[in-house]
This record gives sequence, C-alpha cells and structure tokens, in this order.
Amino acid sequence: MARDAVSMTRGLSRRLSGYGMLGVLLLLCALFSALTLRDQHPTGAAAARELARALAARADTAASVLALARDNAEERAFLADLTTRLRDARFTRVRSVAAGPPEFRAACEELAAADGPRYLLTLQTNLPAVRAIQSGLPEHTRPVILSPAPYRWPTFLLVDNLRNVANQIAVIAIVAVGMTLVIITAGIDLSVGSLIALSAVVCAWLVQAFGGQAAGPGALLAAATGAMLLSGLAGLFSGAMVVRFRLPPFIATLAMMQVASGAAYIISKGRPIYDAPAAFTALGRGVDPLLGLPWAVWLMLLLYGLAHGLMSRTALGRYVYAVGGNREAARLAGVRTGAVLLFVYALCGVLAGLGGVVTASQLKSGAPTYGLMYELYVIAAVVVGGTSLAGGEGRVLGTLIGAFIIAVIQNGMNLTNVESYTQKVVLGLVILGAVLLDRLRSRPAS
Amino acid sequence: MAAGNVSPSSANPLLRLQGVRKTFPGVVAVAGADLRVAAGEVLALVGENGAGKSTLIKVIAGALRPDAGTVQIAGRDVTGLAPAHVARAGVAVIYQELSQVPGLTVRDNLFLGREPSLLGLLDRAGEQRRARDVLARLGCDVDVETPVARLDLARRQLLEIARALLADARVLILDEPTAALTPRETERLFAVVDELRRRGLGLVFISHRLDEVARLADRIAVMRDGEVLGAWPAAALDRRRLIELMVGRPLDQEFPPRDVAPGAPLLEVDGLAGGGVGAASFAVRAGEVLGLAGLAGAGRTELMRLVFGADRPAAGTVKVAGRIVAPGSPRAAIAAGLALLTEDRKGQGLVLCRSARENFALGNLDRWSRGGWLDLPRETAVFARHVARLGIKLAGDEQRAGHLSGGNQQKLLVARWLERDARVVVMDEPTRGIDVGAKHDIYELINDLARAGKAVVVISSELSEVLGMCDRILVMREGRITGAITEPAAASQADVMALAVCEASHGS
Repeated sequence: MARDAVSMTRGLSRRLSGYGMLGVLLLLCALFSALTLRDQHPTGAAAARELARALAARADTAASVLALARDNAEERAFLADLTTRLRDARFTRVRSVAAGPPEFRAACEELAAADGPRYLLTLQTNLPAVRAIQSGLPEHTRPVILSPAPYRWPTFLLVDNLRNVANQIAVIAIVAVGMTLVIITAGIDLSVGSLIALSAVVCAWLVQAFGGQAAGPGALLAAATGAMLLSGLAGLFSGAMVVRFRLPPFIATLAMMQVASGAAYIISKGRPIYDAPAAFTALGRGVDPLLGLPWAVWLMLLLYGLAHGLMSRTALGRYVYAVGGNREAARLAGVRTGAVLLFVYALCGVLAGLGGVVTASQLKSGAPTYGLMYELYVIAAVVVGGTSLAGGEGRVLGTLIGAFIIAVIQNGMNLTNVESYTQKVVLGLVILGAVLLDRLRSRPAS
Repeated sequence: MAAGNVSPSSANPLLRLQGVRKTFPGVVAVAGADLRVAAGEVLALVGENGAGKSTLIKVIAGALRPDAGTVQIAGRDVTGLAPAHVARAGVAVIYQELSQVPGLTVRDNLFLGREPSLLGLLDRAGEQRRARDVLARLGCDVDVETPVARLDLARRQLLEIARALLADARVLILDEPTAALTPRETERLFAVVDELRRRGLGLVFISHRLDEVARLADRIAVMRDGEVLGAWPAAALDRRRLIELMVGRPLDQEFPPRDVAPGAPLLEVDGLAGGGVGAASFAVRAGEVLGLAGLAGAGRTELMRLVFGADRPAAGTVKVAGRIVAPGSPRAAIAAGLALLTEDRKGQGLVLCRSARENFALGNLDRWSRGGWLDLPRETAVFARHVARLGIKLAGDEQRAGHLSGGNQQKLLVARWLERDARVVVMDEPTRGIDVGAKHDIYELINDLARAGKAVVVISSELSEVLGMCDRILVMREGRITGAITEPAAASQADVMALAVCEASHGS
C-alpha cells in the first residue's frame, strides 16, 4: 500500500518534472497577480447586472431613473445592456444618456425636476463628474447615486488581460512549434523571423493582386496558402542544404534569414502593403463568440495539440527524436533520416509562414519589418520550455509553457510600469535563470 | 583468502585503501574496500560491471569523496583531497575515454595545464626535449609536433601514460586500456607496463579480458557487489575460479554448447568490394554461426557494413534467401531480413538520451502502428515480453538507454532485431566491454538464434570466443578474406593468428 503510494507520487513527480517550467509560469503569474492587486471597477455587462439588481432591491418601478454613460463604444454597450435590464425589470421612467459632462449636467437638472424618488445610475469612472454636478443642485432634489462597487482584484488576472497575453504570444508560440521539432533534431532555424516578414508581405501582396479591398474569402485563403507554401519551400531548401551537403543548420538558415528578409523588402519595395479588405483581419483580430478568444489563439492551441500528438503518438515523432539523439543509429535502424530532416525544416518554414499570415491579419497589412528578432524569442521559448539544444530531447507542450513565460513576463512588466529598456534586461536574465533552473533539476544524481 | 592478502612488499605499500565506503542514494557502490599496491607491483582489479570498480577508482583519484575509510599514497593520507592534489601526490588515472585536445600537438598535450614557463613564456625547446625523452622511454615513435588528432588510439594512450610520467606519478591506474587496441598494440602496451613495473611504479590494471589479467598481474583483486573479496597472487587463480569469484556462482561452461545442423544458405555475398574491402565472397547457412576474425583494421567491420548497406559497395552483390538486396541502403537490408549490431553500441546502435523502450521500438514501429499512429499499449507489452525473455535489467521502461550497462544495452539491441524477426544477424564485437556474466547470456542468445534457424555472423577480436562459439571461421587481413577454418574445435588461436598476420595461408 505504502509502496504503491510512493511509486505513484514518484511517477507523478516525474511527469510534472517533465514540465518543470510550469511551476515557474505559475509562480510568475502569482507574482504579477500580487503586484497588480488594485481596485477594479466593474464595467460592461457585469456592471449593468449589478446596478439593475441594486436598483430593483431599493426602488419601486415608478421611480425616475437616469442612466449616464460616456459616449464611447464600451460605455454605450454598458448603457444599452443596463437599459434593457431595467426595462425587463418593468421600470417605466428610465432615461439613458450617452454623452459628455455638459449633457450630463442638463440630464441631471432634468432629473432633479422630476417628482418622486430619483435615482442616478452610472459607472465608477463617471462618479467625480456626476458628484460635482450634484453638489450644484438644491439638496432636496438630489437623486440617489448608484454605481457598481469597486472590488480588489489583480489587473493581471482580468479576463481581458489574460486574453491579451494569449493574443500577444500567439505568433511566437505558433512558430515555436516548428522550431521545437528542428531543435529536437539537434538543429536550429534562424530564418523564422525573416520568413514571418516574407510571408506577411507575400500574403498582403497577393491579396492586393487578387483585388485588394474587393478580394473575396477565397482569394484571402489562396493568398495565405501561397505565403505559407513559399515559406515552406524556403524551409525545405534549408533542410536540403543540411541533408544533402551536410551544412551546419546554423549556417544554412543564417543564409536563408538574409535571403528571405531581402526578398520581403524587394517584393514590398520597402513599404508596408495596406490594400486589404476588412475580412482580412478575421484570423488575427476576430474572436470566437463563446469565450471571446481570438481565432489566432485557438489556432495556436490546435497546433500544439496536433504537434503533441505527432511527437508522442506517431512513428514520425519517434523518428524526429531518434534522428536528433543519434542520426547514425537512426539510419542503421532503417529510419529515412534525410526525409525526417526535410520534413522538420519544411514544417518549421510553413509554420513561420503561418505566423506571418497571422501577423499580417492582426495588423491588416504586410511589411518587411515584421518578425524582426522573432527568431530569438522563438528559440528562447523552446529553450525555456526545456528542449535541449543538443537534440533528442524536448517536449512540444514545454515550448507552449516557455512561450507563455515570456509573454507573462512582458505583460507583467508592462502592467507594473517597468520601462522597456529594463524589460529587456529582465527578460534576458529570466531566460538565463529558467534554463539554469532546468539544468539543476535535471542534472543526473551522481 | 587471508593468505592471498599477504604479499612480499605489502609492509610498505605505495597505495593503500582502508575501509573505503561510498554510497549513493539507495545504492552502496563500495562497501568497505581494503586494497594495497606495492612499488613494482601490478594489481589487476576485476569484477563485473557495476561491481564498484569505477567508483573505487574515482575515490582514489579524488573525484569522489568516500563516506568512510582512508586513501594513502606512500604513507600520506590523501583522503578527500581534490583531484589536482591527489595527482600531485603521485596518482595518475588513464581512463577509457582519453582526455586530450585533438587539435593540439603531442607536446602541447603533454604539458597542457602545467607548461614550464618563464614569466609566462613557454620554454619550447625544453618542452620538446623532455617530451622526446619520455616518449623514447615508452618506445613511442612520434614527432612531438604532430597534432594528436592524427595519432591512432594506441599512441594516444601512450601519450596519457607519458603525461603521467612527466607529472612524476608513482601510482598509475589503467582503466580498461586494451579495450580498443589491436593484439599488437596490446603487446606493446604490456611491454610498457612491464617497464614501469621494473621502474618501481605501482600499477592498477582494470580489464575484462582475463587472459590479459593473467599475463600481466602480480596479484588479482576481485570486486563483487561493492566489496573487495580479496587479492590473490595471479598464479593462484585459474580462469575458471576467477570467473566464479566475479559472478559469485559456479560457472557452467564458458561457451555453452549448441547442437544445430546448418541448413540452406541464407546469406550469400559475392564479390563485395568497396571502402578498403576487396572482392569478398562467402555464404552463411541457416542455423550456422560464422566467425569473422582478424586484426583490428583488417576490414571485418567494413565488410559487414557493406553487407548491411551502411556503406555503399563499389561492386558485388548480397543475397538473402536467394534474393538480391538493394545495395547501400540499411532500410533495404532490414526489409530483406538483415540485422547489424554495431561494434560501437553507443555511437551507432543506441539513441542514448531516449528510453530503453523507444530504442527497442526504433526500426519496429511499423509493427504496431496504423497510418503512422502508434499503439503504445501494444508496444509496451511487446517490449515487456522481450525484457523478460532476455533478462534485460531495467529500472523501468523509461530508463534511458545510456544508463544501461553494456550487457543490457547489447541485449536491448538484440531484442530489437528479434522482434524484427531478422533472418541474418551480424554481431560486431558483441561482448566487447561486457562483463563475464552477461557475456554468457550473449553466448546463449547466439545459440538461440542459431537454433531458431537464423544465420549468425560474429566479428570478434577475442580469439577464444571465435573458436568457442563459431561453426566456421573466416580470417581477414588487409581487406581480404585470407583463409577459413572449418573445424574451430580442432584449431588453436595460433592457427587463426597465422592467417591474420602472415602471407602464407595454411589454415583450412
């Protein structure tokens, strides 16, 4: 019994230690949660719900109600939601105003002129302006002001922020899938940053060629596919150099990095290409209706699921590990090592191309400056995720964790107002620290 | 046993261990070892892999700190000192993996880290003179300005010894120095060891090759399960008794008998040439064990690599069961039923950083995958069957192949090809670096393969092994098959050597 428990915990800890960086990620999340704990003011649907409930609890439906909000998209949505809820609660004398402080004053004075109980509903952020107006009214005509109560919550953990983190890292994380496989084969691909630029430019350029603003969904899909195919060919070419001429991957992809970047500048003539229809942003900016996650994030998660399956459940995945661990032993065991390497480099190229398409979609344009230095972030994500540069070892899901560690650090430092130069220093040190930690943990007990 | 511990000069030993104990979490690696080596004495340290020899050496060299006990060099206690200090006290260890900088010259390597210098300037002439002196003493004829990368293994080994002599070592520990040497190189090394013994150094010699131990050692210390069982005068132990001490049980026959009548030819090689091998033709029959003997560099490995397609042949054909195998493709060879267990298990056989199970599965994945998707439970079950059948010792399926002992690594590779159901199995030095107990298991495996009707080719530099295990022996010299011995039982090692070295072939 006791032995069972011991072996079970041992198995569990081994499984977890495979993703040791998960602990680091959670620690970072906890740290930035603690550092960004402050008063949060409910907005949107949550605020509307709370206010409607509060009003229903204290006023009868004949009361005069004024709902105030500023004239911006977010607050208008709140106002519309609130008005609907109040109507549903059968309040009859409801007036809603979305405007600026001068209109606020007129509306308040109008409310003060009404008889019976008076209520003014607004968001926390408008309270100072509303209070100032109110203090100018005769005392007996002042309405009861209701606004949603502030609550303590880390800004870092706000749903919007977390969504933001995921969205910001999506491109790097997508490209890092391919990079993980390349690094597992004991290689490296320095060209991914340039391929992102090339693919974004080619994609935007193709959209332009297919009619620009008038391009239909089919044309957009064709443009994206074309850009990814081109990137894939570039990766295949690097792979062929590695396989056929035994070039060190560092050199082959360093050359491709220059070639692809140059090609992106040539095609775009050094300028961003903006000519794209609104639908072009569907991938990068569109969100799913259920959770509000950007489609790019869903795509990223899907790719990680597929890659994890590939590496842990398929013969091809095994071959990737074997080729990286000992190419000669793999060859003598009957593995087509050349084909495996070609596949891996081509896949890395295709995914870098996909990263470029997503970037172009996010920014609704293609420019040769995209993806600059991304290869370093991508490699950092892979290495922080526990994949050994010596090859033969590593996990795709570890890379996802590594990418999130980088994203969380950047986001957390933004939230805590660390200036950008310091951010670079900290990020560098954290990458170093994370890898050292991994080394210490996985060092064999001698 | 007590009598064995007394030796003439033991009153004043150069190296003396008392009650040395070293444990690792969960393992007692060395359990109270007592050992002494006198000046002018060669002590052989033998034992199976995992008996604790390596740990003991590391304790002596200062690389590991013992939990208890003392290490004395010429009466001075060096227990727990750092390796550099132990070296200064006069201990030098020559490990199997040589620690040299290949790009530097012989002279640079000899003085690396302790260059005699004047105000930071190297005394080049002085270094050259001292380097030539010490190499001459060892009978090593190399130019001291040659890059080490250009030297063969034997010379590089002598270089390590020379380095130790330059550092005034008094105790020299040689960890399996002959594992990768040809017989001739081995003889030269032995001459050097004899010379060092005459000069009054204390030598500790570790080897799995018992004939070498018998040839070289004054006394033999046997380790088993972390304990030094004792040290006996070499003359007092015969081979059989020695093996029994090492494995801890009475020994069955060293080479288990086999009674198989060879059938039809399975492997037919015709005029195969390339990479230093000249037009080799031979055939191996089902159920037959063919030995391939010769000196290192005679082309045995190269020939079998051509057969397997690991290298592309310039000419000739290979047939398995009458059908021609596409040349230069291990994939085609494997598909045809060939299997090659390479001599260099770590470099060419295994993916050391992956698990034992994955290594077993590599090359067999098509047997339990559909459309590329693996049936992992099936893989685990198949692997477990082979582990049980071959007696592979694992600390779990996920144990890295690199952490297995040599014998278990070899069994793992055999398991891979058994699952593949290979019809022709080529084993290159199947027992090199493998301890006595596991060797016997490998011999049994070879017999099992023959009984199952496979054609087996064994390349081995251990002549007793070739003679004891094979139905027929081919001898190679300088890339050519120079002779055959059809009755190994009636042949002697000298017969094989004659074919391996001289021009005249009078074997068969």
